Amino acid sequence: MTDLAPDTILSVRDLRTWFKTKRVTAKAVDGVTFDLKRGQTLAVVGESGSGKSVTSLSIMGLLARPGAIESGEALFRDSKGAAHDLARMGPRGFRKLRGKEIAMIFQEPMTSLNPLYTVGDQIGEMIALHNDVSRDEARKSALDMLRHVEIPDAANRLDDYPHQMSGGMRQRVMIAMALSCNPSLLIADEPTTALDVTIQAQILDLLRRLQEQFGMSILFITHNLGVVAEIAHEVVVMYAGRVVEHAPVVPLFAKQKHPYTEGLLACTPNAERDLDPAGERKALYSIPGTVPPITNLPPGCAFEPRCRYSISACTKVPPQLEPAGPERLSRCLRSAEI
Amino acid sequence: MSATMETTTPLLTVDGLVKRFTGRGGKTVHAVEDVSFTIKRGTTVGLVGESGSGKTTAGRTLLRLIEPTGGKAVFDGTDIFALSDKDMRAFRQRMQIIFQDPFSSLNPRMRVEAIIGEALDACGYPKGQQRKDRVAELLTLVGLQPEHGRRFPHEFSGGQRQRIGIARALAVEPEFVVADEPVSALDVSVQAQVLNLLSDLQKRLGLTLLFIAHDLSVVEYLCDEVVVMYLGRVMERGPSRLVYAAPRHPYTKALLATAPIPDPTRRREHVPLKGDIPSPINPPSGCVFRTRCPHAIDACAQTIPPVEDLGGDHHVACIRHLELAQAS
Ligand SMILES: Nc1ncnc2c1ncn2[C@@H]1O[C@H](COP(=O)(O)OP(=O)(O)OP(=O)(O)O)[C@@H](O)[C@H]1O
Ligand SMILES: Nc1ncnc2c1ncn2[C@@H]1O[C@H](COP(=O)(O)OP(=O)(O)O)[C@@H](O)[C@H]1O
Ligand code: SF4
Ligand SMILES: [Mg+2]
Ligand SMILES: [Mg+2]
Repeated sequence: MTDLAPDTILSVRDLRTWFKTKRVTAKAVDGVTFDLKRGQTLAVVGESGSGKSVTSLSIMGLLARPGAIESGEALFRDSKGAAHDLARMGPRGFRKLRGKEIAMIFQEPMTSLNPLYTVGDQIGEMIALHNDVSRDEARKSALDMLRHVEIPDAANRLDDYPHQMSGGMRQRVMIAMALSCNPSLLIADEPTTALDVTIQAQILDLLRRLQEQFGMSILFITHNLGVVAEIAHEVVVMYAGRVVEHAPVVPLFAKQKHPYTEGLLACTPNAERDLDPAGERKALYSIPGTVPPITNLPPGCAFEPRCRYSISACTKVPPQLEPAGPERLSRCLRSAEI
Repeated sequence: MSATMETTTPLLTVDGLVKRFTGRGGKTVHAVEDVSFTIKRGTTVGLVGESGSGKTTAGRTLLRLIEPTGGKAVFDGTDIFALSDKDMRAFRQRMQIIFQDPFSSLNPRMRVEAIIGEALDACGYPKGQQRKDRVAELLTLVGLQPEHGRRFPHEFSGGQRQRIGIARALAVEPEFVVADEPVSALDVSVQAQVLNLLSDLQKRLGLTLLFIAHDLSVVEYLCDEVVVMYLGRVMERGPSRLVYAAPRHPYTKALLATAPIPDPTRRREHVPLKGDIPSPINPPSGCVFRTRCPHAIDACAQTIPPVEDLGGDHHVACIRHLELAQAS
């Protein structure tokens, strides 16, 4: 707990979050490790069910039963420099941190905004909760925040209800609320997935500029590698509850060291690559099969049944996450040959 | 479909399609306004645009799953908008739809064989062994196993459910299929499987496809032609290769420039398209795109830009397209 590097704001270490019922144990997150550096964006990418949201909910202390942290640490350094283990923090501790030091935005802003209050009141209340300010001051800060997130005609939108806004505007309001207390860590779980690509580009651009301005660190969860390329400094790729690859963003896109990451990138249609000069379509690369249920993983590498590099050793023991070049890790027996 | 194949007769000619809804408080929603395009037999046309641009409404109106407000849709020589419900029935079999959401579009209480069987009922397919064989054949066609017929939808993954949706649409041997964002709800690794399947089935069965999507890279890969819609209207349309290589409408250019590029060394410096799509209840006068267009001038508010033919079947609706092409 004391060995949290000074430039690290969040250090998740061998985190295991399981859903235990009488019948089965779903190891949704099973030994996840990564560090998020101050002022940077770490993207967690993976397909549906890979454990991205459970990882972030564990860090935020928002797990619902029967989900519980089985073991591991999630060390967080607050703005005063004190370290906390979020994996062992109780509800009272979280109440002090959440909103103020750590904030979160989700895929569907409508579910986290209250439909009965105006957006100005909701942001104002958030500010008043964490700061000793008058109503008027809170309202003024709320307006400032709406301007920061570039809501056009902000003064007039302050009294709008969430349903009067478009999906993109609501996501801006969520970001305004999240940043209103100047958190040092922002957790964003698929904040652009429900939006059009045009609006997605606006929100990603906004987050990048707000990060420069406010200096917060971002844990960004997504299933879209295009989005990762736009926003991340570092990338963690998850598959079936585990990290399978971890690398800085540029080297990762230049060369993948895990067959799953390689497959994910190859699956995205790309006309330059997938059409021949006569315009004839080549078959798209696709990863055969589907993600296995986490309650019934193969005994060796979880990706083995779908992997085109698989050898018999892959079916025997689960591979470890090991160095695979400068600053990067891969969980694959054959990463050196890929 | 390859560019070299001679498939030039139009199977469907859409002319001046209009669909207006009466929304809350009796206000008119201009979902589709004056949309025209043709689909040649055996080819795929992509319909793209931001959400709310009228893609789904256009696709469903063409199958008369919702009734059009105006315009013509000539399918193999017959204006299907002019047909009585009874006469339409014969055409229903020839036109099918694949829905976006593989989770809600299949009845959870029916076995897969019954779901596909129901589609066969609609065309009076005989019951008994012959039907069993046909269901098995369809499941095999979409890459599933005949035994899967005994299962329920919840026992399948998203990609497998979308395959069932495709099998259901193909059960009646349609000539024309509207696929409304058929891979949007699927995981990336599975999207490619379903796209390959569609592309392969089209080749084998000679299907004509209207492929609705918001992902432009998927459309570029799959479609022979593309129709770009915005707020109910066609902004640009033409052969995909032309439109992608040399887009002529400011909206198409902006859309192409916003798709995230999976390459961190080519990050965008600025956002190509600001603001939101306006409400279809009160669309802007003149060019509907003008409120977000970086090139808008006063004249853009005056008249609705005519759809101009640039040659080679490439069409654009922007009063400044010539000027802008010269400037760049
Ligand atoms: N309450 C629960 N009970 C049992 N298993 C659960 C529960 N919540 C989540 N899981 C399981 O944990 C695994 C990880 O889920 P998680 O929500 O983290 O996925 P994700 O990566 O965020 O996926 P998506 O991209 O769909 O959001 C899944 O297999 C899921 O089914
Ligand atoms: N039944 C309906 N009643 C009123 N408005 C509708 C109805 N169906 C669609 N619309 C409106 O028509 C417009 C076009 O919608 P849609 O065709 O679903 O667009 P897209 O598929 O391109 O996202 C939207 O503004 C939508 O809200
Ligand atoms: S007509 Fe005017 S507003 Fe419309 S796209 Fe062209 S330049 Fe832009
Ligand atoms: Mg999730
Ligand atoms: Mg739609």
